[in-house]
Formats: sequence, C-alpha cells, structure tokens
Amino acid sequence: MPVLDGLEVSVPAGSFAAVVGPSGCGKSTLTKLVAGLMKPDAGVVWLHGERVQGPRKTVGMAFQNPVLLEWRSILDNVILPLEIVAPKMPKADRIARAMELLDMVGLLGFEHKRPSELSGGMRQRASLCRSLVHKPEVLILDEPFGALDAFTREDLWQTMRDLRRAEPFTAVLITHDLRESVFLGDQVIVLSGRPARTQYVMDIDLPEDRTLDILFTPKAADMLHTLRDQIRIAQGRDGAGH
Amino acid sequence: MLRKIAPPLLAVLLFLASWELLVWANGWPNYKMASPSDLPPAFWRYKELFLTMGWQTLWRTVAGLMLAVVFGTLMGMVIGFSRIARDALYPLLIGFNAIPKATLVPVISLIFIGQHDFNTVLMAFMISFFPIAVSVGIGLSTLEPEYRDILRALGASRFTIFRKIALPKTLPEFFGALKVSATLAFIGTNLVEIVSPHGRGLGALFKSGETNGDYPLMFAVLIALAFLGILLYYAVIFLEQIFAGWADREGG
Repeated sequence: MPVLDGLEVSVPAGSFAAVVGPSGCGKSTLTKLVAGLMKPDAGVVWLHGERVQGPRKTVGMAFQNPVLLEWRSILDNVILPLEIVAPKMPKADRIARAMELLDMVGLLGFEHKRPSELSGGMRQRASLCRSLVHKPEVLILDEPFGALDAFTREDLWQTMRDLRRAEPFTAVLITHDLRESVFLGDQVIVLSGRPARTQYVMDIDLPEDRTLDILFTPKAADMLHTLRDQIRIAQGRDGAGH
Repeated sequence: MLRKIAPPLLAVLLFLASWELLVWANGWPNYKMASPSDLPPAFWRYKELFLTMGWQTLWRTVAGLMLAVVFGTLMGMVIGFSRIARDALYPLLIGFNAIPKATLVPVISLIFIGQHDFNTVLMAFMISFFPIAVSVGIGLSTLEPEYRDILRALGASRFTIFRKIALPKTLPEFFGALKVSATLAFIGTNLVEIVSPHGRGLGALFKSGETNGDYPLMFAVLIALAFLGILLYYAVIFLEQIFAGWADREGG
C-alpha cells in the first residue's frame, strides 16, 4: 500500500509551509522525497523549476533529534555542511558565517562547548544553524521542536521567525502542533490518514510580524478550530460527538 | 595525580601482602606455592632473560594486535554496512571464535614449520580480532539514519559519510573492544610460546621454569605477564583519551 497517494502540495518560493496530519500518515516520507533521499514510485517532485532526482546541495534539514556530533564543538557542528557543499571556502569565512547564525539564535559564547554541555533547546538552536549555514534554498524541518518543553518550544518559534526574516529560504515544516503551524506558516497543509493525500490547505493571512500574542486573537482561534476539525476528519472521526 | 595513583598502588600492595600471609600461614613450601618474597630473587637471577623474552612477547603481541585492528576493522566495516555480508559471515566468525585456540597451535606449527615469530603473531591475531570486528560492525550498523541523512541530503559520498560521521562515532566502541583484545592477544602469544617446542618469549621461560622445577621463576613469569598486560591496557587507554576522549562525559 502506498504511503502517499494523490498528494499534491505546492509551496511558493520563499514561503513557509506547515504540514500537519495524524501520526503515521507519511509526513516523514514527504520530507525524504523533497530532500531527494527517496525516489517516488510514481509522480514527481519539483524544486525551484528542477525535478528532484537525488540529494542536492541546496537543501537544509533539521530533525526532532538534533543529531549533533558529540566529538565536535558547536561551531564545528554548524560548519559541517560547508565542508561538503563548499570544500574550498576559506576557514575564516566558514567560521564567520557560522558565528553570524549562532549570534542570531543567541548561542554566541557557546561555540566552543560540546553538544552534551548544552540544554535541549540550545542543541536544537545549533541544529537549526547547521541546517542553514550553507544558505539552502529549501529548509526541511521534520518536527524540530517536537521534543522540547512548551516554553522552550515557543522560544524557538520566535527564533525561527527571526531567522526567516534574515535568511531567504523556502521552508517545509512537519509538525503535530497546530499552534506552531499557524504561528510559523504562510500556509498550513492538512494531510489525510494513510495513504496521505492533501485534505485541506489553509492560507494564514496573519501579519508577517507575528508575536505569540497573535495566537490568542479570535482570528487565530478560528483558524486553529478549523484545523482541529480537519485533523479529526483526517483521523477518520467526524466532528460529531467530539 | 596522587589520588589517581594511590588507590591502585595500595590495592596491589594489599594483594601482595595477603598472598604472602596466605603462604606463610599455611606453611607452604615454594614448590607448592611461591610467595611474593620469593619473586625478587627470581627476577634478579634471570634479569637478562626477562628483558629479552619479555620484549619478544611484547612485540609479537603488539604486532598480532595491530593485525587484528586492521583486519577486525575491515571485517567490521563489511558486516556493518552490508546486511547480506552480516548474515553470511556471522556464523563463520562465531564458529571460528568458538574453537579453542590451543587446538590450533599444532595446526599452524605444521603449516608454517619453524616460522616461530610468524606463528606467534598469527595466533595473537586470530584470538584478538573477533571483539574488534563485532563491535565495529555493531557500531556502524546501529548508526541512527538521521546522522547519515544530514550529510546524505547534501550529496556527500558514502566514503565522506563514513569518514566524518560513522568512523568517529564508532571509536568509543572500537576502543572498548581493543581493551579486551589487548589482553586476549597476550593469551594467544603465550599459548604458542608455551605449547610449541623450543619457544621464545615469556611463555618459553615459564616452560623452562616448569621443566627445572623452579617454581618461583614460574610465578615471576606470571607476574611479568600481568605487568605487560597492564602496560598494554593503559597504552590503549592513552590512545582512547586522545582519539575518543569526547565520549568521556566526566572530563568535559
């Protein structure tokens, strides 16, 4: 049985798409397809006018597990993609680029620490820096904030928002958190249960400059409500009775 | 520094003292069991032999161990990266490891007649590569896919992923196995030295002690072997600190 079937998602360049759906519906498979780590059995993936045939240097990834390399300092962890993508880039430039990002996420002063010396939220910040250090066109985020406590998660949403303002990238965020999808997304895509298809697409017409307070406005509450209903349908339960 | 050296030193002294006491309390003659106080004269009397034979044992053990590192790591890579190779080779590896190596001494000494150094190194190698192969294999096959994906998504080659991620991540397991292998290699070396006629090394010295009924010498050889074993073990720890010190959470 296919994991994804009749799935049509298109994300305009430079925008932020949040993908939500019931667990096990194939969201991670979607990230692997976009990253070129997996080939679709049928259908095509297009990225910036090019068909995705395999891995490409213009993609950045971050996962729920920050997967930092314990034998490297935070700085060297962030630099890692540059060693692959731009092997000829001078060391000083690499460091400058990494420090710029570390500054943006508030990790300045921690660059020489080992990952194990940092808190979970800080490790995830470093992981975000690593996913962006080579200026990818597309950022793929597979539940990067899923394992963090609620307050740290909200801090990282704001960090993500600030990074978006500073760096031009198209983002696909896989998440289970509807508030996260509304706060960060330009559009929220609801996938149905297996095999996943696009069930519902919502444009988030909230101002660019969002603060957490926006989640408490009636407009956002309406959106969250609609999304909640769509998830319920995706899970195979109708709205009635819940 | 003192806090690091004092406890093990004290433990050794305590061990020697209780050994001495045990022999003294039972009134055992030294042909039944030599006591620690019998050992310094034995060492002194054969000091040249201890040095030359100890060196022979040591270099052959280290040579065998180095072969085991090379072969074991390669084998580990094969079984770590390929499921088919893992399924195919595990029974062979385990079967080979289960064979008591003493039974192989006459076999290899018949195949390579007179090649005493070669035979000894070969035995040290055969007895010690297994833990290295298994732990490198497990280290590589249990690498979380995300670790691979962060580089694979950028189009990095398999070799780059191995060099930058898989290899360093496996180092703690590798050194864990190397500690076991280092002591095993001594057993292999001594097996050949003791069992094969006209052997060399500390094993042969042990054998001559046995032939001549020189019990203090036999015990002295055992202590010398233990000493070499400790030496090699700490050499491995030293290398581990350099190459995989990051895995030590306490040190920071």
